[in-house]
Amino acid sequence: MNVLVYLVPMALGLGLAGLFAFLWALKSGQYSDVEGAGLRVLSDDDIANDQNGGARRPSPG
Amino acid sequence: MSAEALDLSLYARPAGSGTLGMDLAVEGVACGACIGRIENAVKRLPGVTDARLNFTNRRLHVAWADGALKPAEIVGALERIGYRGHPFVPQRAEEEEAAEARRLTRYLAVAGFAAMNVMLLSVSVWSGNVTDITPETRDFFHWASALIALPAAAFSGQPFFQSAWRALKARTTNMDVPISIGVTLALAMSLVETVNHAEHVYFDSAIMLLFFLLLGRTLDRAMRRKTRAVAGNLAALKADTAHRFAGDELVTVPVAALNPGDRVLVKPGERIPADGAVVSGASEIDDSVITGETARRAVAAGAHLYAGSLNFHGTLTMTVSAAGAGTLIDEIERLLQQAASAKSRVMRLADRAARVYAPVVHLTAALTAIGWLTAGATLHDALVTAIAVLIITCPCALALAIPAVQVVASGALFRAGIILNSGDAIERLAEADTIIFDKTGTLTLPEPRVVNAAAIDAAALQMAARLALSSRHPLAVALSREAAAARPFDGAVEEPGQGVRAVIDGVEARLGSAAFCGLAPSPLIPAQAGIQAQDRKSGNLSPWVRACAGTSGGEAGASTIHFRCGPHSAAIAIAQKLRPDAAETMEALRARGLDLHILSGDRAEAVAPVARALGIAQWQGGVKPADKIALIDALKRQGRRVLMVGDGLNDAPALAAAHVSLSPISAADLTQAQADAVFLGDRLGPVLDAVLTARQARRLMTQNLWFAALYNAVAVPIAIFGLVTPLIAALAMSGSSIAVTLNALRARMIRKTGNRVTGKIMRKRDRLRP
Repeated sequence: MNVLVYLVPMALGLGLAGLFAFLWALKSGQYSDVEGAGLRVLSDDDIANDQNGGARRPSPG
Repeated sequence: MSAEALDLSLYARPAGSGTLGMDLAVEGVACGACIGRIENAVKRLPGVTDARLNFTNRRLHVAWADGALKPAEIVGALERIGYRGHPFVPQRAEEEEAAEARRLTRYLAVAGFAAMNVMLLSVSVWSGNVTDITPETRDFFHWASALIALPAAAFSGQPFFQSAWRALKARTTNMDVPISIGVTLALAMSLVETVNHAEHVYFDSAIMLLFFLLLGRTLDRAMRRKTRAVAGNLAALKADTAHRFAGDELVTVPVAALNPGDRVLVKPGERIPADGAVVSGASEIDDSVITGETARRAVAAGAHLYAGSLNFHGTLTMTVSAAGAGTLIDEIERLLQQAASAKSRVMRLADRAARVYAPVVHLTAALTAIGWLTAGATLHDALVTAIAVLIITCPCALALAIPAVQVVASGALFRAGIILNSGDAIERLAEADTIIFDKTGTLTLPEPRVVNAAAIDAAALQMAARLALSSRHPLAVALSREAAAARPFDGAVEEPGQGVRAVIDGVEARLGSAAFCGLAPSPLIPAQAGIQAQDRKSGNLSPWVRACAGTSGGEAGASTIHFRCGPHSAAIAIAQKLRPDAAETMEALRARGLDLHILSGDRAEAVAPVARALGIAQWQGGVKPADKIALIDALKRQGRRVLMVGDGLNDAPALAAAHVSLSPISAADLTQAQADAVFLGDRLGPVLDAVLTARQARRLMTQNLWFAALYNAVAVPIAIFGLVTPLIAALAMSGSSIAVTLNALRARMIRKTGNRVTGKIMRKRDRLRP
């Protein structure tokens, strides 16, 4: 059972990584326009002039 | 706003490092392609550093270098590609709501992570306990659980602990008190048991409880945010502009930018932008939004004007004033304050349940401990059993019983075009047994319509309506609503004070006064009486004519606008019209046992036909705001729960005084702020939807509370006899929570009235204009 001593913390570490990824996404406003994000994927006319890459500057609200 | 400059600097706010930012609600955003079109068009403007459209709430945020462009150019750029942008300043309440929602989501994420991992460890222990787990491994798992659960609960439990602490400090109790006590004791006991190498710990129960409850609260908050965003957009759409004199020049400014003392020009067909007095000019004013009175009032220099009234045919210059003593606004403010202070705080269902639940549970736990002690158990065993009672009576089902229904029901209402302003409106709506309607703008459509369309040749009416598109006269505007397409005739000319003329296929067509059309004036339209009779017979009351027999057109009856094109001529009657489904809605409401009243500020002669058409026996005309309150109070003393539906400024105090209140989206701003909910669209069906959904929701809430009580009646004896294991606790808790949530989902089912307007709000601008 000694294997648990490092497997359990490892599992926890992976879970924590997921948690922090979610908190980061939340903080950077990736959930502020859920519908729009789905539609933006489909438009390809922004390939040439994608200046504000991804969701860095969400509009407030 | 052709030659006039548009000044929107009010909405531009500093956004850091020499840039300005502005938020606009954008109309016409229909599909994903709009995102790129709008953003690219705005970004092409010189000086714009960022433009980002939020598709979920149809809002555009633009940032630009200070001084590089005027905010009006952004609106212009949007207009050129076919969208309308309405700048607005984000409401503080909305921003706070967003911050609160983010905070709750963070708590939820942490609680979710902890619940999953603790549960993983717990399941291993439970299966190990019945097989061959060694005590050392179990201790290791328990310590790992404690390590995750304790900090997570300390973080995620904050909203509950804080709320419980506030309640205790105010010497009251709420649902968060038993939750906090339960969670804290469960964690403390589990920690002690872990130190003592015991077999059973309850970390998983405590953290799962927090997770479920946070889930309910987060969804509740998200729903409220969504409705608030839509309400904010509607407010932005409604915001009007005014023509302000800057020296001798006119500048178009948002109404919000007007200050007392400003001189403003009001053109024919426009709304009065602010309270004030006429300086020069003469016109007729329609005050129906303010007082419910549909007869027009002649005004000249010195007359007082109310914001929101409609200016008819004359051009007025006015000065803006702050509401002075003795004016109607002043009187309404005073009544509002009275009504607000007299309003008794309604105890919400959840608080009532908490007030019964908490003492019972805590007493049971205490008695369990005492019972086991007297039966000879050790102090440790007695305490463990008592805490198990607290855990198994987990307030989870009870605490979810009401918010879960609330989320689902307010979602259903939202889809039906009803936007809730206050959280407990659903409970109060369900209790309503008496409805008081205002007439003008509530039972009738907010703007006048053509009432004798059936008597006019359809092609002629279409032609007249298209011709009317070229005029700003209020009657022409009303007529133009009949036009199938908004295509004005080329070369149509408006003769001020006379009418519009255009040459159509070589024939001159004229629309306006009888003299202008070369027709004999016809004071009463023969078709009117016929329509009324026919409609009553068929039960379909859509074209209702306000003409009172005996009065000769003019003041009390419908206004007439004449049309002539070659051999065709028509006298088109325009008047206030009942909402299309008013009669059916009244019928349905009566069938559900509601007592209906009409209280109108309009004259009795104007109210009587409406009351008759709708079959409402209890009605009064010429009611002053103070009288409306007095009547509501009288009904309250009889033990009635009054739902007030009104839109006029004069209704605002009555809305505040009533048990619960609704107002159409066309209502005056002050009135809307008092209403518990606002409904969209031209139909009255949402009033019925609101009552039915609220009643259904209330039923489900009560069912859920009873279910929670029943669950406790079964589970508590098991706990009292010390038979509960952590596995049973976890199963009981999730089982009861899921049952309550599933039951709440039944509130989704709402009667279909065809009033699905919310999704189309931003596209259906005309219907929402005041």
